[in-house]
Amino acid sequence: MNNVFVYIETEGTQVAEVSQELLTKGRKLADQLGVELHAVVAGTGIKGMVEDQILPYGVDKLFAFDGEGLFPYTSAPHTDILVNLFKEEQPQICLMGATVIGRDLGPRVSSSLTSGLTADCTQLEIGDFDDIKTKKHYDNLLYQIRPAFGGNIVATIVNPDHRPQMATVRSGVMQKAVYEGKAKNEVVYPEVSKYVSPEAYVVKVLDHHVEAAKHNLKGSPIVVAGGYGMGSKEGFDMLFELAKVLHGEVGASRAAVDAGFCDTDRQIGQTGVTVHPKVYIACGISGQIQHIAGMQDSKIIISVNSDPDAPINKIADYVIVGTVEEVVPKLIKYYKQNSK
Amino acid sequence: MTKPLKIVVLAKQVPDTRNVGKDAMTPEGTVNRAALPAIFNPEDLNALEQALRLKEQIQGSTVGVLTMGPPRAGEIIRQGLFRGADTGWLLTDRLFAGADTLATSYALATAIKKIGDVDIVIGGRQAIDGDTAQVGPQVAQKLGLNQVTYAEEILKIENNIATIRRHIDGGVETVEVPLPCVITVNGSAAPCRPCNAKLVMKYKYAMCPLEVDANSECGMRNVELSKTRPYLTLNQWSVADVDGDPNQCGLSGSPTKVKTVQNIVFQAKESKTLTASDADVEGLIKELLEEKIIG
Repeated sequence: MNNVFVYIETEGTQVAEVSQELLTKGRKLADQLGVELHAVVAGTGIKGMVEDQILPYGVDKLFAFDGEGLFPYTSAPHTDILVNLFKEEQPQICLMGATVIGRDLGPRVSSSLTSGLTADCTQLEIGDFDDIKTKKHYDNLLYQIRPAFGGNIVATIVNPDHRPQMATVRSGVMQKAVYEGKAKNEVVYPEVSKYVSPEAYVVKVLDHHVEAAKHNLKGSPIVVAGGYGMGSKEGFDMLFELAKVLHGEVGASRAAVDAGFCDTDRQIGQTGVTVHPKVYIACGISGQIQHIAGMQDSKIIISVNSDPDAPINKIADYVIVGTVEEVVPKLIKYYKQNSK
Repeated sequence: MTKPLKIVVLAKQVPDTRNVGKDAMTPEGTVNRAALPAIFNPEDLNALEQALRLKEQIQGSTVGVLTMGPPRAGEIIRQGLFRGADTGWLLTDRLFAGADTLATSYALATAIKKIGDVDIVIGGRQAIDGDTAQVGPQVAQKLGLNQVTYAEEILKIENNIATIRRHIDGGVETVEVPLPCVITVNGSAAPCRPCNAKLVMKYKYAMCPLEVDANSECGMRNVELSKTRPYLTLNQWSVADVDGDPNQCGLSGSPTKVKTVQNIVFQAKESKTLTASDADVEGLIKELLEEKIIG
C-alpha cells in the first residue's frame, strides 16, 4: 500500500530508457517516503526478457503482465491493467514517461481514478502543503514542478486529496543509475484476463513501424544547435558540417523547428529533448526560457549570435558576437587546422 | 454508403506563447496576458481540417466547434464557421473558471452528451498554453469512448470503422477504431484551409449573447441582423445548460492545485565575449582543444 509505482514502457522486449530514468527517480522518492518502489510492465512475450532491464534500478516488486494483444500498445488494455492494479495496490505516486504512450495512457488512467496528473515535469520533490482555503495541512506530498505558459514561468503543482499523484516526465530529464542499495527484486506475473476485459482489445493495430533513432542527440557529448537565426533549412547544412567535424550532433530550437529548418526529433527544450553535453554551441538562438530549460546543464556553453544582448548570452561561457554565416565556417576551418 | 457523421471539433482559444516578446512578463514576474495575442490553438486547426475533409467525403455529415472559455472565445466558433463548420457551442460560466485538465474534460464531456449522438470527437493533440495533451484522452474516458491520439490522417471510414495513421515515438502506426471515438490530431497533420470569403461575409456578425456589446458597431449589427438571421446567434451554454455538476467543474472539480508559481531566473555566468575575427575564433578553438574540452 502507498508505494511508488513506475509504468514501464517497452518496444517489443526492449525497455524504454525513460522508464529506467524514472525508476531511479522513483527509488529516491520511495526512500525518502520510507515506502517500496514498484514497477508495472505490460507486453507480449516479455516474460524472461525484460526483468533484467528493470530490476537493477532498485525495484522492490515488478508486476509483469504478459499476454496477446498487449503489444503494440493500445489505450484500453493498458488502462485496464493500471486502473485495476491501482485499485488493489493503492499507490501514492505513479510516474510515467512523457512519451506518446505515456501521454495517451496517463490521462486515461487519471480520469478513470479521478486523480490529478501533471504533464512534463522537470523536477519531482517531496514536501508539505498548507491549503490556504481549507486550512488543511498535508505532509509529504509530491511536488510536481513544471514550466508553464510556453516555459515562461515554473509552477509547482500538488494533488492534496487524490491518489495516486500522477506525473509524466520527458526522456533525458532524469538520469538513470543502477541502484546500489538493496531492493527486494520480487517479480509477479498476474493473470491478464483478471485485469483486462475482452472488449478492451477493440482497437486494432494494422501496421506498427518504428525506426532506430537516426541520431543520439540525447547522449552526444557535443551538441551544435541552431535557432531561427540560421535563416533556412540550407543554413542548417553548415551546422551538420560543424557537428560532423566535432563528432557531435545537431539540435534545434523550437522556433527553428516550427519554421521547418530542422526535424522535430532534434528539438531541444521543454517540449523537446533535454541534453547534458560537455559542449553546447548555440548558433543563432536567442534563448527563450523553454529552450534554456533543455540545455542549461551543459558544461560549456558557446553562443554565436549577432545580438550581443541575446538572453542566451547570460548563461554562456563564451559569446561570439557575429553572424552565423561568418563564424560557423571559421569554427570548422580552425578546428580542422588545429586538431590532430 | 457510409452514414452521415456528426463531428464535434474541440478547440481552444490560447495566448500565443510561441512568440513571447520581452514584454510578456510584468516586472512583478506575472504573465502579461495583454501582450500575448489570443489565437486559435494551432493543433485544433489541424483537427478542424480533418473534420472538414470528412464532411466533404461523407455526404450529409456535420461539423460543430465546441469551445470553453470567456465570452470572447466566441471568436473560435466564428473562425470555425469561416472555414466551413456548420455550428458551434461556447461553454462559458464563472463556475468553469480555474479548471485543470480533469475538470475541463468533465465540462466538455457533459456538453458532448448534451449535443448527443456524436460519431467523432476530434481535437488538437495539445494546447500551446499548457502543452499537457490530457484533455483528449480524459474526454474519451469520461464518455466511455475509444481514443486515438497523435493522429496524422484519417485514411478512411468504412462500416463504422475509422482507419487512422498516427505518429508514435520514432515511427508511425496505422490503427482501426470503431466509431464513436475520440481522435486527437498532431501538428504534423495537414494544415487547415484558410477562411472562405463567402462564409466570412455570412458569419461576420455571428456572436454569442454574452459577446454582444450593444454600444459597439459589431454588437449593433448583430442585434439588428440576428432578428432575421437566427444563425448569427451562436449557442452559449452555462453549467446549468449542460446539466453539469458544479462540484466537478472549475477549481472545485480540479484534483491538482497550483502551490506556487515562480518566474524563471537562470544563474547568470561570467562569460567571455569574443568577436568574429579570425584571431578570436582560432584562439577559442585552441583553448578548447588544449583543455581537452573538444577532441
